[in-house]
Amino acid sequence: MLPSTVLLLLFLTYPLGLGTWLGFTDAKIGRAGHFVGLDNFIFLYGDAVARLSLFNTLFYTIVASSIKFALGLWLAILLNQNIPLKSFIRAVVLLPFIVPTALSAIAFWWIYDAQFSVVSWALMKMGWIHSYIDFLGDPWMARMSTIIANIWRGVPFVAICLLAGLQTIPPSLYEAAAIDGARPGQQFWYVTLPLLTPIIAVVMTFSVLFTFTDFQLIYVLTRGGPLNATHLMATLSFQRAIPGGSLGEGAALATAMIPFLLAAILFSYFGLQRRAWQQGGSDK
Amino acid sequence: MAAVTLKGVFKSFGSTRVVHGVDIHIEDGEFCVLVGPSGCGKSTLLRMIAGLEEISGGEIEIGGRVVNKVPPKERDIAMVFQNYALYPHMTVFDNMAFSMKLAGESREKMRQRVEVAANILGLMEYLERFPRQLSGGQRQRVAMGRAIVRNPQVFLFDEPLSNLDAKLRVQMRTEIKELHQRLTTTSIYVTHDQIEAMTMADKIVVMNAGKTEQIGSPLDLYDNPANLFVAGFIGSPAMNFLKGKLVRNGAGLQVQMADGSLLPAPETKAQEGHEVVVGVRPEHLLVRSDGVHAEVVVVEPTGADTQIFCKVGGTDVTAVVRERHQFKPGEAIKLYPELTFLFDPSSGTRL
Repeated sequence: MLPSTVLLLLFLTYPLGLGTWLGFTDAKIGRAGHFVGLDNFIFLYGDAVARLSLFNTLFYTIVASSIKFALGLWLAILLNQNIPLKSFIRAVVLLPFIVPTALSAIAFWWIYDAQFSVVSWALMKMGWIHSYIDFLGDPWMARMSTIIANIWRGVPFVAICLLAGLQTIPPSLYEAAAIDGARPGQQFWYVTLPLLTPIIAVVMTFSVLFTFTDFQLIYVLTRGGPLNATHLMATLSFQRAIPGGSLGEGAALATAMIPFLLAAILFSYFGLQRRAWQQGGSDK
Repeated sequence: MAAVTLKGVFKSFGSTRVVHGVDIHIEDGEFCVLVGPSGCGKSTLLRMIAGLEEISGGEIEIGGRVVNKVPPKERDIAMVFQNYALYPHMTVFDNMAFSMKLAGESREKMRQRVEVAANILGLMEYLERFPRQLSGGQRQRVAMGRAIVRNPQVFLFDEPLSNLDAKLRVQMRTEIKELHQRLTTTSIYVTHDQIEAMTMADKIVVMNAGKTEQIGSPLDLYDNPANLFVAGFIGSPAMNFLKGKLVRNGAGLQVQMADGSLLPAPETKAQEGHEVVVGVRPEHLLVRSDGVHAEVVVVEPTGADTQIFCKVGGTDVTAVVRERHQFKPGEAIKLYPELTFLFDPSSGTRL
């Protein structure tokens, strides 16, 4: 018991504690810092780039997670039907999730390339556009492009988890609903969705956490550019701390992510996951 | 309320045919039980009546209307499922009111009709509970309540009692029958348990391998089984079957057993010399000084009667007698059948 506790404390809390502590110091690379209180946070609050990164992160998370949820649910429902080669297709769907992020990011980087983009090429050939699209050069284009890459990567996870949830719903419930007079849309609204909420809560919490803390995809595709338009808190924090050398400032920015993540977890826990009908107890 | 008629109904899944041309007529207000071993097609047949399974051929009529292409909700039926199929996220009230909610009924009307059903079933104090907070029997009642609320022309039951323990099953059996006597709605009830069938049905349809073996009232099937299958399926303990041969002697037509003993034969058109299977119900076997030789295996006293399990020429035979015998295992006794049925050994039909 004691050795494992010590190990846990050492390997779990030490890095976390050190990171948080650094956020309250003026440490730079090569120089141990002194405690400076909330100075870093006050500075970041006034820093336009840090504030932009917060906006970017929220925008990135909200848009990407919503679309991942919608597409994931749709895909899960499709995969839950009786289709030929069912298990093969299910396996294929998981591929984007399995491929290392750096690898898929490079693929997207190539797709988004200003000169060699296959998308631009195809649209040109079809005569829909007259000049190549600058996917990663324009701030809003870059935001949307990174979001699309993130969605492509994240949908399989959501879809497969929701598919697992769909399969726990007994078919007889749909039959009972059909006899009760529910059309397919009503069956989805009154049976599928309520029964899926616990799974949705868990999956979307994870999805939001992964998206909020995303680093690899952005770092490979844009490094935060253009004009910091795609800098997320995670990438900016790294940028400030390691290449920029301001360990304290970077750590403070990373620490500032924690309240948002906690809020997301608490929201899903209290708002979506707890249902009286699951407990069998008396609380409603 | 309505009569239900099935005309030459069959069902195939791909190239396998699971129901072969079934004809059944169920009168308005009748309680009809479809009974048979698992995989005999009885549930498939019920699901076809409900509209949950497509009809591959033939016609199903409910209240004089052919419903082959009518979706389930427009067939005016209600179904009670084996696993109850209650919506776990809805209270008992919402479960029972769901069909009315979909139909856009007023809250007032929903409350009124749910309360009528809840009163009949003794569910008034559970209306605000979730299915998880109920016992198996209560869930079963909610499932029936959901059916009653819809006031359908036909009730369909798909093995509704098989998830309950033995004691509750007997109790719910009585409740369902009582409910039927009260509502007199045409009911079709699927079970694999012949005792449920016997105790509840006005009409029993015995099914086997996708075909109807016999249709009739419970006692009709018991007293006049059409073939070996029905004879062996209906009745508990099951009917005993012994091989023999028809002979004619001074006492008229008799069956000669392998050991030479002679048993009385019922009226039959079968000819002398015909190989037959003799069916004897356990309660028609008497321990007497004449009859067939039997070797006692086990004696089980149940208080009211005694079950004697024995071997007759290698065949297992069960006798149920009123007297309290205390035979030793291996003891030789003689069993005399009061009443016998004769069947053709190859086709299984009654002779």
